[in-house]
Amino acid sequence: MNAVPKPRDVEVPFQHEQSAHCESGVISALLRHNKLPISEPMAFGIGSGLAYAYLPFVKFGGLPLFAYRMPPRHIIRVLTRRLGIRMHVETFREPAAGMAALDRHLAQGRAVGAQTSAYWLSYFPPDMRFHFNAHNLIVYGKRGDNYLISDPVIDILVECEAEALRKARFARGVLAPKGLLYYPDYIPPQPDLARAARKAIRYTAGMMLYLPVPILGIRGMRLVSRKIRRLDPREEHPNKLLLGHIVRMQEEIGTGGAGFRFLYATFLQEAAVLLGKPGLEPIARDLTAVGDEWRRFALHAAKMCKDRMPMDYALLADQLEHCASEEQKIYRRLRAEVE
Amino acid sequence: MKKHEVPQDQAKAFMGHSKLLYAVDEQGRCVPAPCNGWEAEVIVLDQAIAEYEREAAAAWERARRGEGSTLEYHMYRQRMDLVLLAQTTGLFKWRVRRHLRPGAFARLSDGVRGRYADALGLSPAELDSLPEQP
Repeated sequence: MNAVPKPRDVEVPFQHEQSAHCESGVISALLRHNKLPISEPMAFGIGSGLAYAYLPFVKFGGLPLFAYRMPPRHIIRVLTRRLGIRMHVETFREPAAGMAALDRHLAQGRAVGAQTSAYWLSYFPPDMRFHFNAHNLIVYGKRGDNYLISDPVIDILVECEAEALRKARFARGVLAPKGLLYYPDYIPPQPDLARAARKAIRYTAGMMLYLPVPILGIRGMRLVSRKIRRLDPREEHPNKLLLGHIVRMQEEIGTGGAGFRFLYATFLQEAAVLLGKPGLEPIARDLTAVGDEWRRFALHAAKMCKDRMPMDYALLADQLEHCASEEQKIYRRLRAEVE
Repeated sequence: MKKHEVPQDQAKAFMGHSKLLYAVDEQGRCVPAPCNGWEAEVIVLDQAIAEYEREAAAAWERARRGEGSTLEYHMYRQRMDLVLLAQTTGLFKWRVRRHLRPGAFARLSDGVRGRYADALGLSPAELDSLPEQP
């Protein structure tokens, strides 16, 4: 395995900043590194990251997928398209070629984004390691046999052994990263953030309100609410697994909590200034209130799983229904505001 | 959620790290706010891990009694299930299901065994053996 000559130690000066979500964190950090000042919430908003989806046919450990954001790679794709940024993107068939390419980028003084599985990263706390193939991080150097990594969801800079990183980058299965590496190739001198933000808000609000399928957006929330209301009380163990799974998807899988609602509210506040539309401010405030309701829902559901609260499906269903109707009003106001 | 309300429940799973949330400060601005754990998250994380451990312990028992293969134990041990293992190895589900039985697993070629070992991050020898404790 070590037939390739060992490259010298390299370290690209890189400013680490913790973020709430890995994909928006990596892309905003890479853009800042390449002299385009952009915050994580702004990247998340312009990338139209916010969503709601209930995908009963995609199974995770036998349970359906509940997503609070768009599918992996969406944020990077949409953000860079809206800002006219060209990304350099590579995937590899051979892990050895993928590792050599990474070393080459580092030797050329480039910090690169990489998609990995979360399970094989040796610096992740063991209890946080699950088979999820769409984690994102930035490699900014190499010391001996260890790669220097800025992982946006971790509060400090970390290191990962070469072998572990190789396994993580070339994990197989759904969303297999295939060693994906990326960095911005070309950034326009004055990208029009305001225009992009306005477009992005229209897109997200429209998607949440009007997608003609019952499993996405507001209709998806209402469907899940009905599903919870109709759970069979005799099936308590599987029901608890399902509720626990929903809460994990909402609070933990790649998120800064409350299914990204606070992150998006932060974006709306920044957009209010950027677009000169103070009307977005109260909408942002109301979105944080819905975020609070999502968190109360999570806390209740979790406590019910642990019998710290009597099981009450109707209560949870009501809370979800409340989130749906409040968010519906919010997206309608958003559309009117940026019209 | 106000910034001072951000829970700091010191989740063991975080091992002293904290994650970043956004919360509202005194002036009504949304600002980054670190969180080192929250009761709701701790509960559901424990639940998910306990479920894998329960399955692994059951598979360990079966392998002990010769009713299941060591592959089944290691699959759950590495937080996988049938679907995930099939996707990761690129084998059909029905084949993986067969290999969860001791007889079919014992007759496997080195090639297929190697694919399982690689997917689970184990050596072929580790894949064949069972630890003293589940």
